[in-house]
Amino acid sequence: MKWLQKLITWARIKSPWVIHFNTGACNACDIEIVAALTPRFDIERFGILLKGTPRHADVLLCSGPVTRQIQDRLVRIYEQMPEPKFVVAVGTCACSGGVFQGCYNVKGGIDAVLPVSAYIPGCPARPEAIIDGVVKLLSSLDPKPAATLPETTTTAKST
Amino acid sequence: MANIKIPIGPQHPALKEPESFSITLNGETIISMDMRLGYNHRGIEKACEERTYIQAMYLVERVCGICSHSHSTCFIQAVEEIAGLAVPPRALYIRTIVSELERMHSHLLWLGVAGHEIGFDTLLMYSWRDREVVMDTLAALTGNRVNYGINTFGGVRRDISKEQLDGLLKTMDVLEERTKYYIEVASQEMTLIKRLSGVGYLSHEDAVKLGAVGPTGRASNVDADVRRDDPYLAYKDIEFKVITDTHNDVFGRTLVRVGELMQSYSMIRQLVAKIPEGPVTVKAPRKMPAGEALSRYEAPRGEDVHYVKANGTDKAERVKIRAPTLANLQSVAKMMENNRLADVPIIIAAIDPCFSCTDRMVQIKHADHGRQETLSWQALHAQSLEWYRKQGVDFADLNAKMSRRMKI
Repeated sequence: MKWLQKLITWARIKSPWVIHFNTGACNACDIEIVAALTPRFDIERFGILLKGTPRHADVLLCSGPVTRQIQDRLVRIYEQMPEPKFVVAVGTCACSGGVFQGCYNVKGGIDAVLPVSAYIPGCPARPEAIIDGVVKLLSSLDPKPAATLPETTTTAKST
Repeated sequence: MANIKIPIGPQHPALKEPESFSITLNGETIISMDMRLGYNHRGIEKACEERTYIQAMYLVERVCGICSHSHSTCFIQAVEEIAGLAVPPRALYIRTIVSELERMHSHLLWLGVAGHEIGFDTLLMYSWRDREVVMDTLAALTGNRVNYGINTFGGVRRDISKEQLDGLLKTMDVLEERTKYYIEVASQEMTLIKRLSGVGYLSHEDAVKLGAVGPTGRASNVDADVRRDDPYLAYKDIEFKVITDTHNDVFGRTLVRVGELMQSYSMIRQLVAKIPEGPVTVKAPRKMPAGEALSRYEAPRGEDVHYVKANGTDKAERVKIRAPTLANLQSVAKMMENNRLADVPIIIAAIDPCFSCTDRMVQIKHADHGRQETLSWQALHAQSLEWYRKQGVDFADLNAKMSRRMKI
């Protein structure tokens, strides 16, 4: 069965489908995620496709601090995703709450509610950083060590 | 056939921001719409009271990531009015340049999103490709693609060099040429005209009654633009047309936005030609004197209003933000009536909604005994006129205009 596992890993890395959810962001990171899909940055060349429903997605891209209103919805969307699933926190607010730390309606970063696989800092995270973060997350799934990727500030660890 | 209710959102493929709509349908036809907002409510107004002015400025910039310069400039204008700061003219020009560039990026973004909502993804890819040109320019001028952080109390944080101004003119030529193509597409392409005409109809009377602002109002022939009616920054020094349209539908809103793009290019050219020499900032005090100010600003989506009350310390006593989308939301319910369910995304997208701007909270409480009350429009109107009369501002002219509109 080893070859089957290899095939699944290969397929998973080559065609990750993402869903984007705004958890209370200011729109800046959301627009940068969309910008990453458009011709200048063209994230689709890594096989990444934006899907509309959580049931089709492997990766949940979250932007923004988690507000009290959105918290239950976020958990519900996460639960609807099939295994294995990964959460990427896009932007400083999603990583830690950012400038909204201490606001009465903000719970904090995404990791206050969900397990996060990769953090992409930046206010907003630049499209290059988003691509770098997602590619690093994918390469961490590959059992072979990714020797070709240069070291940057973006960190990725598998869950 | 019985009416059915369909919930849309908060997570929905067509709308990037979380908001939930409950749509009552009879067959395919929309009877009415109800919406629930507040998923993006973060409590920024309260947070502004706990932060110093300079911290609050960066926080206010993050009310919205698309019109970030609008919010920070609007807030700063109010604080500068309280502090009585005389901002150097060069700083005002630089703020105006960034403000117009922001309008370009926002309108190009909208054009792409509108294309996407009607299944015309080619337009999305084209206009977002051109938007990157604007983003590069913004990054070169201010240091960041979004949330520019160029404003500071008493001026701007960066000067623009001669080379950058020349580069700006070249960029305008490139963008103008491409926008001409979009105007051609928008006004001649049959699929676009057929898909957008008659969708989301909002009559002039309804637009006035429901208080539509910005391109949404102007597409229903509401001739209002803060840049012309109540000039701020450097808008009094330059010439431009306020684009209005009589189509009253989504097609009209498209024409208004592409028309405004062309006006923005000509404005940038005038600003570059007229920009005065001199310093870009004056020293601002850390503690602002007691006082209050209301500031208006024509954001890409319409009129943005900020109210700031200072109490003599380094923190504001109250900050109130009224973003343009809040003013436009009432008209969305009207636009929906008698349209098809399939038109919902494009009708909502047509006002260029920004729910992170909108999610504020208001509760009127009497300071003395905590009694809650709702003011009627007339009472509120009379109160505001009285307040301005005390400040020495006469709104007789505006008042006459308003009452004429209210009669319609």
